[in-house]
Amino acid sequence: MKATVVVFPGSNCDSDCFNVMKDVMKADVQYVWHKEASLPKCDLVILPGGFSYGDYLRTGAIARFSPVMKAVKDHADQGRLLIGICNGFQILLEAGLLPGAMLRNKTLSFICKHVWLRTDDTNNPFTNKFKKGQTILIPIAHGEGNYTCDDATLKGLQDQNQIVFRYSSEAGKTGEEFNPNGSRDDIAGILNQKRNVLGMMPHPERSSEQVLGGSDGKQIWESLLVSVKS
Amino acid sequence: MMTDEKKITPEIIKAHGITPDEYDRIVKTLSREPNITELGMYSVMWSEHCSYKNTKPVLKTFPTSGPRLLVKAGEENAGIVDIGDGLAICFKIESHNHPSAIEPFQGAATGVGGILRDIFTMGARPVLLLNSLRFGKLESNVTKHLLKGVVSGISHYGNCMGIPTVGGEIYFHECYEGNPLVNVMALGIMPAGKIVKGKATGEGNPVYYVGATTGRDGLGGAAFASRDLTEKSKEDRPAVQVGDPFMEKLLMEACLELPETDAIVGMQDMGAAGLTCATSETAARASMGIEIDIARVPRREEGMTPYETMLSESQERMLIIVKKGKEKIVEDIFKKWDLHAVQIGEVKSGDRMKVYDHGELVADLPAKSLVDEGPIYIREEKRPIYLEEAQKLDLSKVKEPSDFKAVLKKLLSHPTIASKRWVWEQYDHMVRTDTVFYPGHDAGLVRIKGTKKGIAVTTDCNSLYCYLDPFEGGKIAVAEAARNVVCTGAVPLAVTDNLNFGNPMNPEIFWQIRQSANGITEACKALKTPVTGGNVSLYNQNPSGAIFPTPTIGMVGLLEDIDKRVPSHFQNEGDLIFLVGDTQNEIGGTYYLMIEHGLQKGLPPRLDLEVEISLQEFVLEAAREKELVSCHDLSEGGLGVALAESCFGFWKSLGAVVDHLELTVRKNAKEILREDALYFGETQSRVIISVRPSDKESVIKRAQQHGVPIYQIGKVTSDDKLQIGERISGSVSEFKSVYEAVIPARMK
Repeated sequence: MKATVVVFPGSNCDSDCFNVMKDVMKADVQYVWHKEASLPKCDLVILPGGFSYGDYLRTGAIARFSPVMKAVKDHADQGRLLIGICNGFQILLEAGLLPGAMLRNKTLSFICKHVWLRTDDTNNPFTNKFKKGQTILIPIAHGEGNYTCDDATLKGLQDQNQIVFRYSSEAGKTGEEFNPNGSRDDIAGILNQKRNVLGMMPHPERSSEQVLGGSDGKQIWESLLVSVKS
Repeated sequence: MMTDEKKITPEIIKAHGITPDEYDRIVKTLSREPNITELGMYSVMWSEHCSYKNTKPVLKTFPTSGPRLLVKAGEENAGIVDIGDGLAICFKIESHNHPSAIEPFQGAATGVGGILRDIFTMGARPVLLLNSLRFGKLESNVTKHLLKGVVSGISHYGNCMGIPTVGGEIYFHECYEGNPLVNVMALGIMPAGKIVKGKATGEGNPVYYVGATTGRDGLGGAAFASRDLTEKSKEDRPAVQVGDPFMEKLLMEACLELPETDAIVGMQDMGAAGLTCATSETAARASMGIEIDIARVPRREEGMTPYETMLSESQERMLIIVKKGKEKIVEDIFKKWDLHAVQIGEVKSGDRMKVYDHGELVADLPAKSLVDEGPIYIREEKRPIYLEEAQKLDLSKVKEPSDFKAVLKKLLSHPTIASKRWVWEQYDHMVRTDTVFYPGHDAGLVRIKGTKKGIAVTTDCNSLYCYLDPFEGGKIAVAEAARNVVCTGAVPLAVTDNLNFGNPMNPEIFWQIRQSANGITEACKALKTPVTGGNVSLYNQNPSGAIFPTPTIGMVGLLEDIDKRVPSHFQNEGDLIFLVGDTQNEIGGTYYLMIEHGLQKGLPPRLDLEVEISLQEFVLEAAREKELVSCHDLSEGGLGVALAESCFGFWKSLGAVVDHLELTVRKNAKEILREDALYFGETQSRVIISVRPSDKESVIKRAQQHGVPIYQIGKVTSDDKLQIGERISGSVSEFKSVYEAVIPARMK
C-alpha cells in the first residue's frame, strides 16, 4: 500500500499516522507539505489530526484553502481512498468532501479518553474486516467533535449506510451517556456517497499497538490493505 | 548616547524594585548614571526570577554532577542527560505562579509555552509535559475559577502543540488560597551529539530574531513575579503574557530543523526579560559582546520605546546566532514556516552589549554585568516560631475513630487524593503515540520509538510535611519522586526542582528554603540523582500569609526495556498482595490526621535513606526479573488509600481481600502499632506489590536478600469487594464512586 500523509502547519498527529503506516503496517508512506499543489500517486491519503492553522476561527476552516486541497479533491474524485482523522475530518467537512459540520463538544471542554464505537457499516474499504455491529475501544481527543447536519442530510447518511461508526457502550448500545460530545445520531465517523472518503473523530493510529493500551484501530488499516490489494 | 526622556529619580528606582545599594552598583559598573532603558534592563535581569540573587547560595549546595550529565545545572537553559543509544534527554520544570493567580488561562498557557521553548532551544524535541498544581480549597469559588482557567490554559496550549501531558499532581489546601502554584515540566529527546548551546560565539556572526512580533504584553513580567501578590496585583495584568500555541508550534518545527543544518552556533528563547535576557545571556556565556538595533525588531504595536522593546515578554520569540554566510539557509527554513526571521545585530569582540534604535545608542553596558554580576544576598535565617507548637503532637490524645470505612471514604473523596480524571481528560495525554502509562499511574511512562527504552516521569512534593519539617519534607519529596519512578521499573536518573516559597526577606521563610534545600541535597546525593536545573519562585504570599514551603521535585527515570514495565494497579485475579517495608506509628503530618482530626500537627514521617535505597533496589531487581505484576507507592492516606487505588485499574477494577494484616505487619512491628497508623499512617519507604502465586518464594527471597521486610497481606480477587483487615469492608465500586465523583461534582 502506498500512503501519503498531508502536513498542515498545525498538524500534530502527522507523525503518528506516518509511524503507524511505516512501522506497524509496513506500508510505503510519505509526507506532503500543504503548500504542494500536487500529490504523489498513491492508494491512500491521510489528513491527520491537529490544529491546522491554529483553528482559532473554526476547525479546518482555513486548511481547506491550502494549495494541496485541490489535489486531495482530485484524488478523491478519482475514486481513490481518503481518510480524515479528527482535525482531518473537520477539514473534510469544511472542504465539502463530506456533508455536515462540527460544533463544540457538549461539555464545552476538550476530551481525551477511550470510547466504545459500534461499527454500523462494513460494506466499504475502511471496515471490510469488521463484523457488522462489532464494538471497538478507541481514543478520542478533541474539543469540537459534536457532529451536526440538517435533517435531510442525516436521512441521506442513514438511508445510504454512510454512518460507519457510532459512539456506543461496550455491548453496542447507543444513548446519551455513551456519546461523549453530543454528536447528532451518535455519529463518530461517516463516508461520502461514493464510499471512498471516511471522516472520523476517534484516532485509529493511537490504538494500533498493544503497548499503547489496545489495537482495535488497527483493523481499519488492515481493511484498507485488503481494499488496496483487491 | 541618547539622553533620556525620563530623569532617574529615587521613586523610579524604587518602582523598579532596585535598592539604593543595587543602584550604586549599577552606577559603579557604568561609571555613570544609567538611562531608563538600562535601568529597566538591570531591574529585570537582577530580579529573583532571572538572577536567583536570594537563593544562589542555597542552590549551590545541590549535587549537580553525575556520569550521565552532558549539560549541568546553570550552564544552559536546561540540563541534559545521556540515556545511551546515542540519545539524550533534556528536561526542566518552571513556575508560572504569579501570572496564573491574576489571569489563570493565559498564565498557565504561557507557562507551558515557556517551558517548551526551554527544551527545543537546546535542539531537543519535546515529547511530554507534566504539571504540578496547587490551589486553595476546592469549596471556594475562587479556586474553582482558577482550576478551570489553569486546566483550560494548559489544555489549550499543550494540546495544540501536540505534546502529551502524561502526569503530574494537584493539591488543594487553604495555604494556596489566592496564591496558586502552576509548575510545568517538559522533557525532550535529542541525538546526544546535537546539543544546541545558548551561546553567541564568533565575532561577526549575525544575530537573528525569529518568531512572533513584539508588543507591550508581559512588560516586566520577571520583576512582577518577584514581588508579593497584593490586591493591587490585578493592576499588573499587562504583565501577564498572551500565548499563541499555533505560532509556537511553527516556531518549534522551524527551530528543530536548524540543528540538522550547519548554519547556527547558538539559540536562545526569549522568555522572562525577553530580548534583554536572550541577548545578554548568549553574549555572557560566550564571553563576547553583542550589538543589536531594535528598530529592526518586528512589532505588533506602534510607538514602542526602547525600554518597552527590550523588556517586552511577548511570547513565541527566539534569538538565533547564525554562522556568517549561512543566513540564507536559516531564512529559508523560517520562510517555509511563514515566520519572521530578521537580522537585528551581530556578535562583537569584547564584552559590551550595545543596543541601538535607528542607529542611535540607547543602552551600552557589559553583558556580564546583567547576567553574572548581579547582587547575591545571604539572607538572614531563623527557625520559625510556629514550629514549636506545630510539631507537638500527643498521640495519646488522638482518639482512634470507630468507623475506619468511613475514614477511608473521607480520604478518597478529599480532592487532593481523589481521582483527577476531570483534569487529565482535558489534556491530550496520548498524542505522539508514545504514552504507555496514562495519568493516574505512579509515574507517567513514554516509550522511545526505534528503541526498547522508556522514560518514566513524575512530580512530587508533600508541602504539609515541608511546613512541619522542611528538611525532612525536602528529603521525602525527592525519595517519593524516585520511588514513584522505581514503581514502574525505571531507574531514577536526575532531578529538576521548582522551589516555591514565600518572601525570602522574612528570615523564617529563608530558613524554610535553606532547610528544604538541605533535605533535597541529602536525598539527591544518596539516591544518586543529581539536580540538573529548575526554577525558583519566591514571594508566593499575600496579606493573609505565605504558602507552605513547596519544593516540587520533577524526577526522570530510564526503563531500559519497555516490556519490563510495571503498572500501578492490580492486574489478575489470584495474584498475591505484599506490603513491602515496615510500618511505624507515624501519624504526625498525615492526611488522616488532617482530614479526620482536623490537625496539621506533629513531626511528619522520618525517612531513612538507607532503608529507601534497599527498597528501591529490591523493586528494580524484581521488576527486571518480571516478578512484579503491579507496584504502587504508599503516600497520602497510607495503606488504606494505596490498596483502594490499586483496585481502581485503568481498564478494569479488581477486588482485594487483605486478611493477613494482624498476623504479619502488626505482629512484626517494632512497637505496638496503633490501628490508625497501620491503616492510614504514612511511614515512608513502603510499596504494595502484586505477584503471581508461582513467584511467591523468589520474591520473598529477593526481598530478604536486600534486607527489605516483606509481608504477604492478601490476594487480588475478581469480585467487587475490598476488604482490609477487620476494619474495612465494602464494594470496590462504592469506594471508586466517591473517589471519581468529588472533583466533577464540585466543578459542575
